Amino acid sequence: MTVANPLELEPGLQPQGWLRYLSFSLDHKVIGIQYLVCGFLFYLVGGALAGVIRTELASPMSDFVGRDTYNEVLTLHGTIMIFLWIVPVVNGAFGNYLIPFYVGARDMAFPRLNAVAFWLIPPAGLLLISSYFLAGAASQSGWTAYPPLSLTTPAAGQIVWILSVLLLGGSSIFGGINFIATVLKLRRPGLKLMQLPMFCWAMLGTSILVVLATPVLAGTLVMLSFDIIAHTGFFNPSLGGNVVVYQHLFWFYSHPAVYIMVLPAFGLVSEILPVHARKPLFGYTTMVYSIMAIVVLGLVVWAHHMFTSGTPPWMRLFFTIATSFIAVPTGIKFFNWLATLWGGKIALNSAVLFSCAFIFNFVFGGITGVALAQVPFDIHVHDTYFVVGHFHYIVYGGSVFVIFASLYHWYPKFTGRLLNEDLGRLHFVLTFIGFNLCFAPQHWLGLNGMPRRVAEYDPAFTTWNQVSSVGALLMAISTLPLLINVVVTAFRGPVAGDNPWNALTPEWLTSSPPPVENWIGEAPLVTEPYGYGEHPGGFDLDRISGRDLWSSGKS
Amino acid sequence: MTTAYPTPTPAPEGHHAEGHESHNLTGFIIFLCSESVIFLAFFSGYALLKTSALDWLPPGVDGLEWQMPLINSIVLVSSSGTIYLAERAMAKGSLWGFRAFWLLTMALGAYFLYGQAVEWSSLKFGFTSGTFGGTFYLLTGFHGLHVATGVFLMTLMLIKSFIPGNYKGGEQGVQATSLFWHFVDVIWIILFLLIYVWQRS
Repeated sequence: MTVANPLELEPGLQPQGWLRYLSFSLDHKVIGIQYLVCGFLFYLVGGALAGVIRTELASPMSDFVGRDTYNEVLTLHGTIMIFLWIVPVVNGAFGNYLIPFYVGARDMAFPRLNAVAFWLIPPAGLLLISSYFLAGAASQSGWTAYPPLSLTTPAAGQIVWILSVLLLGGSSIFGGINFIATVLKLRRPGLKLMQLPMFCWAMLGTSILVVLATPVLAGTLVMLSFDIIAHTGFFNPSLGGNVVVYQHLFWFYSHPAVYIMVLPAFGLVSEILPVHARKPLFGYTTMVYSIMAIVVLGLVVWAHHMFTSGTPPWMRLFFTIATSFIAVPTGIKFFNWLATLWGGKIALNSAVLFSCAFIFNFVFGGITGVALAQVPFDIHVHDTYFVVGHFHYIVYGGSVFVIFASLYHWYPKFTGRLLNEDLGRLHFVLTFIGFNLCFAPQHWLGLNGMPRRVAEYDPAFTTWNQVSSVGALLMAISTLPLLINVVVTAFRGPVAGDNPWNALTPEWLTSSPPPVENWIGEAPLVTEPYGYGEHPGGFDLDRISGRDLWSSGKS
Repeated sequence: MTTAYPTPTPAPEGHHAEGHESHNLTGFIIFLCSESVIFLAFFSGYALLKTSALDWLPPGVDGLEWQMPLINSIVLVSSSGTIYLAERAMAKGSLWGFRAFWLLTMALGAYFLYGQAVEWSSLKFGFTSGTFGGTFYLLTGFHGLHVATGVFLMTLMLIKSFIPGNYKGGEQGVQATSLFWHFVDVIWIILFLLIYVWQRS
């Protein structure tokens, strides 16, 4: 045995049973579930805020909430959804749960750092939400916090916002360090990099972006807070500062942040599709290289968010070309997923439905993204609802759909019980229709000039805004079957068995839920995680060990 | 008195204790990469603000005095040499040689901080004197914070060296501190070039 055993780190100090999910547990599986549940609770808060936004926008006048409140709500909605839901869940939850299995380790490289990274999130999130009640006025400058707006809106709320984002950024960096070290250093002997499941590559690429981009946001926010508290003039034009410098630094992080949200989703989909299509992942090598190409290109496209900020022509040219190039590796991945499905024996369960919907939504969001990279078009739709529609197709239609797909796929692994398929399909249908109804009309609204981030709009836009709000309502309703399904199944669901999907990736080659040390005995050496149809019966899928159902009372 | 530095004994079955230690250094190096990006943000912020400013220097300030910072730079750069010598002494098994060079490095670091403080107190502009004052104190202050952290870490490692048998299992802390110190040093060289050498706008 050459891998770290979490049991030996703190013998006797780790709580057992359900209490461990509320403790400073060092077990990567517990931390993963903590991330998932915590992120989902924040998703409900962010979703409620989205409900406020769409209710307000159901009529042209600001009659539901005041304009200032509207600004606070949209700032909190964006910040919560990005920093407290998608980033922690696609990275923290699934990364922590799966990566040690995939590399054949018993835990992450730094279990304590891992727990610290998680426990930074709840206080940061509560701090952010409490600013709405405590400070009198929460941050109103959007999730971008552009100066001079962020310097002129109420300072207390803005400072709390900065503190919270700094904590979340720290958490993200700690997680990134852990993932890089785990993938590179903790692999089971004999397991080569090019034999790893695709999610490992996605997490490696994501973590490189986290480590290289997040500190820039931290530094920038420190400068912004000095501008607010100490009245320095870094970004304050009236004191000789330059607001465009803020935009450059902010987007140097925040464009890669999109890939931090969506690359792990790419990885998760690449795990789900081969299992349910019973086919090897198509084009493994090209997938790996396209992830790395996205990482490199993702770091040099930030100024496409700033085409209207007086960027010089050479910069516009460079960033247009670089951004358009990202469509190449992304397109490669898209066609690889299609080729994986092609001719496969596809089981159309909830996990696959959400994954296929992801492919559909993501290609739409990707195409509008390439359109936005073109300067003449971007100047026309900049800061309109076209942009809002575009990025919701990426972060919701992309990442969140994959989170749901992953939930249906790995829930049996987490709890040992299978989610109800009928409720799952209902959840899917409501989400898919609601999502497209909500965000597709926003492209049209944007093309016709409806500005984003404004509580009131031209009455000519009323109809499509109401359609969009109906879509939002459907999305809100779609959460109910999911919640019922997850809670009821945890206690009453049918027992799944250890490997309900007959998958070959290492997390399924143990009991469900897995024992604390992941495998009783040695970790299996999985050199062909996608060998479907090639090596039938290559593994003894019935080899079980240490079964402990999540809700059986004993653990 | 020289204490022989014992070679690390492999943990039973090559278990995680040994493997785990080496990951700490990996993690620390990734952390330093991350740390250097914060400086990169500040450096590029400085360069962008400087090249786009209408009035860079605050009224009444002609530029920065560079002689004393140059002496300070020489002190800091040479401390990178002494910390290397300390590490080499330890590798050769001379714990007292390690302690001597380690203490010398700490003294050089402390002198650098003292020089920085003297320079700060002699300046005619403050943190809020325009973007020049702001970025100047931000960069030197953030770097100074790192120097102070480095001296603090070295103090810890020095104390650790007096606990018998503490450096048996590996001198990872010493290695990490030394890496951190070289990092702080390289950052200072860039900072010196950016702030003191590149004065004309």
